[in-house]
Amino acid sequence: MTVLLIILVAALLGITIWQISKIFKLSQPVESDDTQVATNEDNQKQGKIFLAFTVFLYGLMIYSFWSLSKFYAPGASEHTEDYDRLFFISLGLIMFVQVIIQFLIHWFAYKYRGKKGQKALFYADNDKLEFIWTIIPVITLAALIIYGLFSWSEIMNVEETDDTLVVEIYAYQFDWRARYSGEDGTLGEANVRFIEGVNQLGLNESDPYAQDDIITSELHLPVNRPVLFKFRSQDVLHSAYFPFFRSQMNVVPGMVTQFGFTPTTTSKEIRNSDYMVEKVKNINEIRKNNDNLDDDEKQYEFEYYLLCNKICGVSHYNMQMKIVVETEEEYEKWISEQQTFGELTAQN
Amino acid sequence: MSVAAQPLANDHAHEDHHEPTFIEKYIFSTDHKMIAKQYLISGLIMGAIGIAMSMLMRLQLAWPNETFWIYEVLLGKFGQGGVMDPSIYLALSTIHGTIMIFYVLTAGLSGTFSNLLIPLQIGARDMASGFMNMLSFWLFFISCIVIVASFFVEAGPASSGWTVYPPLSALPQAIGGSGLGMTLWLVAITIFVASSLLGSLNYIVTVLNLRTQGMTMTRLPLTIWAFFVTAIIGTVSFPVLLAAGLLLLMDRSFGTSFFLSDIYIQGEVLSYQGGSPVLYEHLFWFLGHPEVYIVLLPALGITSEIIATNSRKPIFGYRAMIASILAIAFLSTVVWGHHMFVSGMNPFLGSVFTFTTLLIAIPSGVKAFNYITTLWKGNLQLNPGMLFSIGLVSTFVTGGLTGIILGDSTLDINVHDTYFVIAHFHLVMGISALYGLFAGVYHWFPKMFGRMMNKNLGYIHFWITAIGAYGIFFPMHFIGMAGLPRRYYKFTEFPYFDDLADTNILISVFAFITAAAQLFFVYNFIHSIFYGKKAEQNPWKSTTLEWTTPVKHIHGNWPGEIPKVYRWSYDYSKRNKDDSDYIIAGQDFVPQNVPIQENEEEMNE
Repeated sequence: MTVLLIILVAALLGITIWQISKIFKLSQPVESDDTQVATNEDNQKQGKIFLAFTVFLYGLMIYSFWSLSKFYAPGASEHTEDYDRLFFISLGLIMFVQVIIQFLIHWFAYKYRGKKGQKALFYADNDKLEFIWTIIPVITLAALIIYGLFSWSEIMNVEETDDTLVVEIYAYQFDWRARYSGEDGTLGEANVRFIEGVNQLGLNESDPYAQDDIITSELHLPVNRPVLFKFRSQDVLHSAYFPFFRSQMNVVPGMVTQFGFTPTTTSKEIRNSDYMVEKVKNINEIRKNNDNLDDDEKQYEFEYYLLCNKICGVSHYNMQMKIVVETEEEYEKWISEQQTFGELTAQN
Repeated sequence: MSVAAQPLANDHAHEDHHEPTFIEKYIFSTDHKMIAKQYLISGLIMGAIGIAMSMLMRLQLAWPNETFWIYEVLLGKFGQGGVMDPSIYLALSTIHGTIMIFYVLTAGLSGTFSNLLIPLQIGARDMASGFMNMLSFWLFFISCIVIVASFFVEAGPASSGWTVYPPLSALPQAIGGSGLGMTLWLVAITIFVASSLLGSLNYIVTVLNLRTQGMTMTRLPLTIWAFFVTAIIGTVSFPVLLAAGLLLLMDRSFGTSFFLSDIYIQGEVLSYQGGSPVLYEHLFWFLGHPEVYIVLLPALGITSEIIATNSRKPIFGYRAMIASILAIAFLSTVVWGHHMFVSGMNPFLGSVFTFTTLLIAIPSGVKAFNYITTLWKGNLQLNPGMLFSIGLVSTFVTGGLTGIILGDSTLDINVHDTYFVIAHFHLVMGISALYGLFAGVYHWFPKMFGRMMNKNLGYIHFWITAIGAYGIFFPMHFIGMAGLPRRYYKFTEFPYFDDLADTNILISVFAFITAAAQLFFVYNFIHSIFYGKKAEQNPWKSTTLEWTTPVKHIHGNWPGEIPKVYRWSYDYSKRNKDDSDYIIAGQDFVPQNVPIQENEEEMNE
C-alpha cells in the first residue's frame, strides 16, 4: 500500500515537473501579450484545470472514505450508539453539503471562465435567495443542536446510584493510577500534600475511608455496570481519553473532574469481533516486517487503553494505561486479589 | 515675501520638500505603503520559518524511528545523531503554531493589507498616525526577533503548545521549555499585543475619520469592512490575552496562584494554592477564538474584492456580506467555550457554547453562498489571485463544515485534541487564510512594487498548493476519527495505531510537495520585485481608488487632489438604462471616482 502510494505521488510529481517544464518553455519565447494578466487562453486553460481538479478532489474524498473510514474506532460503551448515530448523521449532512458546494464552486469556475465577448451579469442582490440560504442552515442547525444537547446532557449528567462503581483516575507525569473505593464504597480523602513514601497518591492516612482503598496500575471494569470516574492530577493538565468508550475529560490539578460511562463489551468479546480480528491481523502483519521491534513485541493483542490527550511534557506520547473490561465475577476475583491502601502502609 | 507664500499654496503632497534619506524611506518609514511592505516581508520570512518547522514535524511523524541528519543540522543538540528529541518536537509544534497564527496570519496578513489598502481604498493620504504605525511595525519586528531568539536558549523554547496552558507552561520542572524559553515567549507576545493594538487603533480611527468625500460606510469595499471589524475584534480581545499572560508571568515569577493549585512535582509539594488552570483557559480562549476570525476576516475581505473584480461582477449581497462580518465578529466573542467542552467546565456551559458556536455557521454559510453566486454567470478572469480566492472559498467550506462536528459538545468528546481538530483548523483558518494572503499578494503586487508577478509561476504555485493542501488535510480527518491524539512525538508506543502509519506517510509526502511548491512563490516574489514586468496603473481593471494612484509611490498617494467618490466599489458590468452597452461604453467597470452618468440607474443605497 505504502509503495503504491509513493509511486502514485512520485508519478504525480513527475507529471507536475514535466508540465512545469512545458509551461516554462512556453513562457520563454515570443510572448506577444506580456502584461502578466490572464489572457483568453489562460482563462480557457485554467478553467479546464479547475474541472480536472474537481476530479482530483472527489477522487480524494472517495479514496478517503473508501479506505480510511475503517479506522473509525469501534465503540464499547452504552452511549456509543447514541454518539455514533449523531456523528454519522452530522457527517452525512456535512458531506452532502460538501459534495454539492464543492461541485458548484469548481463547476462555476469552469463554466464561467472568461471568454472573449462574454458579458458578466450585473446581479447585485436578491433578498429571497439570501433568505433561503439563511433559513435552511438555521433549521438544520437547530435540529442538530437540539439532538446534540439531549445527548450531551444525558452523557454528562451521570446519576450516581447504588450500582455505580466510583473509580478515581489519578494522573501524573507520565502515568496513570486507578483507585477503587474498596468495601465501604467511598473514596478516602486525598491531597498532594499527603504524598510521602509509598503513599504516592496522597491519601489521608487518618481517614478511615482511605484504608480499604485499592490502588492499581491497570483499570479493570465490570461489564454493563455504570462507572463514574473522578479525575485528579498531581502536577500538570492531562486529559483522560478513552477512545473506545467515546469518553474524554481533562484532568486538572487543584480540582476533581468527572465523567461516567457504562462499558458494554468485554475485552474478550471485542478481541473476537470480526472488526478487531481483521484489524489485529493486519497490524501483526505490519509488525512482523518491522525490524525495530524485538521478537516478543511483534505479536500484538488488542487491549482497551486510556491515553493522555493534553500536552503534559516530554513523554506525553507514551502515557497510557491498560483497561480490562470483564465479567462481574472476573472483576470481583481480580479486585479481591489487590492490596488495599491499609495493607500497603502497614507493610512499609 | 512672495517666495515665502508660495509653498502654502501647494497642497499637502508637496509639503515635504526634502528627499527622504535611505533610513527614512526604507527603515523608519512612516509611509503606510512602505510599512505594508515591511510587514509583508517580515511575515513571509516568519512564514518560511513556521513552515520549515512543520516539515520537521511531518518528517518525524512519518518515519518516527529513523534518523535524519537534517535534525542534527537544524536542531543541534536536540537532534543529536539524527534523532529528534521529544522535547524539541513539542517546541516545534508550539512555535510553529505561535508563528503561523500571530506572526504570519495576524501581522503578515492583516498588517500588510490593512496598511496598504485602508488609506488607498478610502482615499486618504496616509494612516491617521504615521508614527504610531511605524511604532507598531517595529514592535512587531522586535517581537519576531525575540520569538526566534527563544530557539537559542539552553533548555529550548516554549514547549507547552501554542496555548501555553499552565501548569505545564508555568513550571520549568515540568518541561525544560518552560524556563527561559517560556519567558521569552511571554515577552514576545506582550510586545506583539502592544504592536497589534497600536495598529488596530490606527486602522479604526483611519477608517472612521479619513474617508474621502462621498465615501460613506456603505460604499466601502468589503476589504475595508473586514479590516475595520478585524481591528475592533483585536482591540477587544488582545488585551485579555495580555492579562492572561501577565497573570501567568506573576505565577511564574512572583509566586502568585492565579492558575496553580495543589501541585506535587519532582518530589516536592509546591506552595501554590487556590488557583485554577481552567481560569487561564477561559482567558486564553477569549482571545483565542476571536483570533481565528482576526486571521480569517481579512482573508475573506481580500477575496471578496478579488472575486468581484475578476468575475467582472458586483459582489453578491453586499449588505448581507457586511451583516455577516458583523455577526461573525459579535459571535466570535461568545463562543470561546467550545475549546473547553471537556476541560472540567460545567456541562451546562457546554450547552450554551454549542448553541452560540453552531450559530456562527449561519453567517459563514451566507458568505460562502454569496461568493458562489458572485461566480455564477460571471466572466471569470482566472488570474493567480483569483485562483487563490476560489481556492479559499473551497477550503473555507471544507474546513468550516467539520466545525459543525467539533462545535457540537457531544461529538467533541471523542475527537477533541485529535488529528480531526488539526485537519479542521488547518483547512479553515490556516490554508484559507494563507490563500487569502497569497491572493492579496498576487493581486496587489503591482500596487506594492510597481511590477507584475509572473502569472505562469503563479498558476503552478496555486495548483500544486491546492492539490497538496487537500492531500494533507482531507485524509487527516480520518486518522483523527481513529482517535490519534495531537502533539504526540510518535505513535509507535501504541501498536493499535500501526496501521495508520501509511496514511501518515502519505500526508507527509503531500506536505513536502506543498512546501516545495512555495519555492515557486518565493522565486517569483523576489524576482518580480526587481525584474517583473512593469505594471500598468490599473492592471485588473478594478473600480477601487487604489488604482487611481500613480504606479510610482509618492508620499500622500495622489499627486493632486484626493479623488471624490460617487458610487460603491462594485460597478462591474453594470449596464446603462436602455441596456445597449455598459455605462461607460466598451468598458465593463466604473471606478468609484466616476460620477453617476446620465444614462445610468442609481443603485438604492
